[in-house]
Amino acid sequence: MSTPVATTKPAEPGTTLIEDSTCTFCGCVCDDIDITVKDNHIVDAKRACVLGKAWFYNHHADDRPSCLIEGQPASVEAGVERAARILTDAKYPIIYGLSDTTSEAQRVAVGIGDTIGGTVDTTTSVCHGPSGMAFQGVGEVTCTLGEIANRGDLIIFWGGNPAESHPRHFTKYSLMPKGMFVPNGRKDRTAVGVDVRKTKTAKAMDLFFQIKPRADFEALWTLRALAKGIDIDPEQVKSDTGIELARWQDLMDRMKAAKFGVILFGMGLTMTRGKHLNSEALLCLVRDMNAYTRFVAKPMRGHGNVTGADNVVTWQTGYPFGVNMSRGYPRFNPGEYTTSDTLARGEADAALLIACDPMANFSQPARERLMAIPYIALDPKDTPTTRAATVAFTTATYGINTPGTVYRMDDVPIFLRPAFPSSHPSDFDVLSAIQRRVTELKK
Amino acid sequence: MSERFILIPGRTSKQGCGVSEGKFDESYQHEINTLQVAPADMKRMGLANGDRVRVTTESGRQIDVAVAAATGDELPPGLLFIAYGDLSSRLMDGETHGSGMPTSKGFDVTMEKV
Amino acid sequence: MSSGFFKVAGGTVYDPVHGINGERRDIWIRDGKIVDAPPAPDVRPDKTIDASGLVVMPGGVDMHCHIAGPKVNSARKMRPEDKRKAEKVVRTAGTRSGTMGSVPSTFATGYKYAGMGYTTAFDAAIPPLAARHVHEEFEDTPCIDKGFFVLMGNNHFVMQSIQRKEPERLRSFIAWLLGAAKGYTPKIVNPGGVEVWKQLPSGNVHGLDENVEHFGVTARQIIEQVARAVEELRLPHSVHLHCNNLGMPGNWRTTLETMKTFGDSRGHLSHIQFHSYGGGDADETTFNSKAKELVEYVDAHPNLTVDVGQVLFGETTTMTADGPLGYYLSNAFKSKWFSSDTEMESGCGIAPIEYKNTSLVHSLQWAIGLEWYLLAKDPWRVVMSTDHPNGGSFLAYPQIIQLLMDRTYRHDMLKQVHPAVLERSTLGDLTREYSLYEICIITRSGPARILGLPNKGHLGPGADADITIYTPNDDKTKMFEMPRAVIKSGVLIVDQGEIREPLTGKLLYVAPEYDRGIESDVADWFEKYYSIRFRNYTVPLDYLHDAEEVRTA
Repeated sequence: MSTPVATTKPAEPGTTLIEDSTCTFCGCVCDDIDITVKDNHIVDAKRACVLGKAWFYNHHADDRPSCLIEGQPASVEAGVERAARILTDAKYPIIYGLSDTTSEAQRVAVGIGDTIGGTVDTTTSVCHGPSGMAFQGVGEVTCTLGEIANRGDLIIFWGGNPAESHPRHFTKYSLMPKGMFVPNGRKDRTAVGVDVRKTKTAKAMDLFFQIKPRADFEALWTLRALAKGIDIDPEQVKSDTGIELARWQDLMDRMKAAKFGVILFGMGLTMTRGKHLNSEALLCLVRDMNAYTRFVAKPMRGHGNVTGADNVVTWQTGYPFGVNMSRGYPRFNPGEYTTSDTLARGEADAALLIACDPMANFSQPARERLMAIPYIALDPKDTPTTRAATVAFTTATYGINTPGTVYRMDDVPIFLRPAFPSSHPSDFDVLSAIQRRVTELKK
Repeated sequence: MSERFILIPGRTSKQGCGVSEGKFDESYQHEINTLQVAPADMKRMGLANGDRVRVTTESGRQIDVAVAAATGDELPPGLLFIAYGDLSSRLMDGETHGSGMPTSKGFDVTMEKV
Repeated sequence: MSSGFFKVAGGTVYDPVHGINGERRDIWIRDGKIVDAPPAPDVRPDKTIDASGLVVMPGGVDMHCHIAGPKVNSARKMRPEDKRKAEKVVRTAGTRSGTMGSVPSTFATGYKYAGMGYTTAFDAAIPPLAARHVHEEFEDTPCIDKGFFVLMGNNHFVMQSIQRKEPERLRSFIAWLLGAAKGYTPKIVNPGGVEVWKQLPSGNVHGLDENVEHFGVTARQIIEQVARAVEELRLPHSVHLHCNNLGMPGNWRTTLETMKTFGDSRGHLSHIQFHSYGGGDADETTFNSKAKELVEYVDAHPNLTVDVGQVLFGETTTMTADGPLGYYLSNAFKSKWFSSDTEMESGCGIAPIEYKNTSLVHSLQWAIGLEWYLLAKDPWRVVMSTDHPNGGSFLAYPQIIQLLMDRTYRHDMLKQVHPAVLERSTLGDLTREYSLYEICIITRSGPARILGLPNKGHLGPGADADITIYTPNDDKTKMFEMPRAVIKSGVLIVDQGEIREPLTGKLLYVAPEYDRGIESDVADWFEKYYSIRFRNYTVPLDYLHDAEEVRTA
């Protein structure tokens, strides 16, 4: 584990300036943020968007206890001991979360799963897990974000609202950049939105398709048929999608005329009826388009290191999420080993939750199960999940207090430049201690 | 009078900022506890900003929540929007249809004034 | 009192670097290195392995495989079905669990290489933007020392420097880039072709002298200039090249032209089997072997080295930085397809395939690989590989060894492949059998020398104590599948098939000198076109767990 030299140059007296620091709030993982630190507070975050600013300004040193056991302050050592016992006593322990921590910590977490024969899953399963399943079925044609900035001339946003979820995406990657083959930036691009609501994103588009809810599958297959010149019934298309066939045809004409088309897609596909079938339809459409022109797809990943979680779990186990190791080796089955299911069906009897908030975000049956079992939570913040944990660790914030590696939404690895130290241990420290102890207990 | 709608939970900037500012803070709590309704639907159902409604899913999950008119034509009639949070979670079923992902958007619901 | 010595006693030693061909010798180890026997006869080793009657070789060196990084990991992610029916890698008290199939998980990769007596492996193709990813995966790939080649053949800065006719700028950039990524040598894959693929549907380059739009360079220029720069930098390994037109009938002409392009510069042509095809017009029915012609050229030009890229029958996953090739293969096999274009640097294509012995083309591919080994006069310049996993898994190396050492086994297999192989290649006429000495060369001593690794591939004093001990067996597959013992850096890591001590292994890299002035040029280029900051691109040394710089000559 290494500590990078944070590049500093003197700013005002009493402050430190850290240039090219990385924001890990969303999947954009902007690494061009200049942070000014004063008295262990970040007082300026140049170039950060509204979400990034909230991230930087609200993660500062505090004097909350680093560990609570059943709500009472305790030493980290006592918390580690209790955590290790919870995990080794359990018959079906689960490990979940991991999208907002470093890959170094993620690697330890998967190791704990291996040692205890547990089930390892990440927030991917409730985000782009369905897209991952689609990818396993048909593959994916994609690129790094700089390719979009340099070549993309037709940019389609489908089922997402980056204006609110990834505020700098347009500026930094997808619409504004003056790229090598798009030297006039926005003027060289056509922006298309497809969504059920006219969001802030829709207003930034040149064309907007307000489709019927739960009609993404039909819309995508309409486009696939049009790409191949297959006759389809205009009445059916209008009735299914809410949009006239002629408009879809116009979109397809533009898609074929593009030099480098891009579809960036979000939860509108993965969370509605059809789920992985929606993602699969999109990935197939993009694949089909490559017979006519260059075209790529990109799932918009929401958290700073959910991509890292996919990568780490995959390289260590072979599978990206929903991995069970009860039999001593990895097995994969979404729907079986994914956390919404292992909780909602009442199968998990202990949990280790890292950098996630299922008590806020999961279904009622899942949350009820979580309330009923002993669990350990690691988080820099006070959340519904940490408040109900048997053992809660307040950990240092990745990227603000700790160094480490994260993976941007396009799999580019970026190293974090921490701004100031924390009195709390890092996820890596706590998980490493838990790993050591469960290894001893399992002997 | 109860009417049928489709509910879309989703992200908003305020909700995203709230994650950092603190999930127990006023701003986040207000954001996730507000249901956006299209102005035309508000009018027809006699709803004003701040009025409370009961939203029920097909499987009988239910929440009571305050409404606010959506801005302009952002929300088409027949759709409701709420920022991800505890309330939207309460409406989710445990069933993931073998995908790992519970249905989290596009719920068929009924809404009535309370 | 501990002497610090470890002794491998009385084994039948093969050390071609020192001309030792099956002689009974002792090997002394201390502090992870092979050392001279202590002069004082009363010095006892702390530990002795009695290797009487056993074959002792340096640890295996795989100089061309795909085992880490974004391409490999995407392939792992994409193929859950490939793992369910494969061998289970079960956790033990000292080892992690994992999965196999054609793209094993990282811990499994390390254990399996070591289990087969390999102690060093190089990933053949990494875009430098992803260098950190590779370093992380390498840390989770135990038991072997590792390095990787840095993709440059479609790098924009490289192409621009060539177009501007600025060889010094090119040379400085290459040196800077290798140090920034902590890589080992420039890798060129389908030079120019991947850039054209990014610009046009099914875009590619089909000859050495086609112009790459917007950049105004040709494949020939890229190969020539980068090869020359590598010579001027005196890098331990030459430029490493995946020629244009891989897999196409008639591509042997491109390969021959490419070989000529090197001039006096060293050049390594990878998975040469895929580039040795006669025939033409993209017509598979005309497919035939031109291995003989190409082998003759390589034999006559000592600046050239190759690794074979042997095909074996069965299912596997193709993965390549050659983006258009991935598209072609997925269409040909009607399989799922992954493609990713890395800004400014490279591409990537992944497609599952199956090589069938009933297929004329696949049978010829299998035969051509074997022809290369059997026709080549100089085993020091023809290295064993399967381009894992493209031709097959690294786990198939023992089977290849048996095919080379046992002509009856080879002929039995030849009888079961497509009969046209007999007319379209010379394999049916080849009766040569490799000796253990020659196998030792093509699997360890040769690749170590080609890579320019002074401490690998031999058992003389100063070498890393990476040693494999085999139980002799007429069944060569069995012999090489399960070594009796494997020593890595002087530690017994494998004992009768069990992993005893999974060390992390070290990262081997180069950091040639360069004119620092290039950095402001590169920083400007980043500012204009990259989506990551220049300051965040370089991998600092302290990021690496355990690394060793291999010096320039």
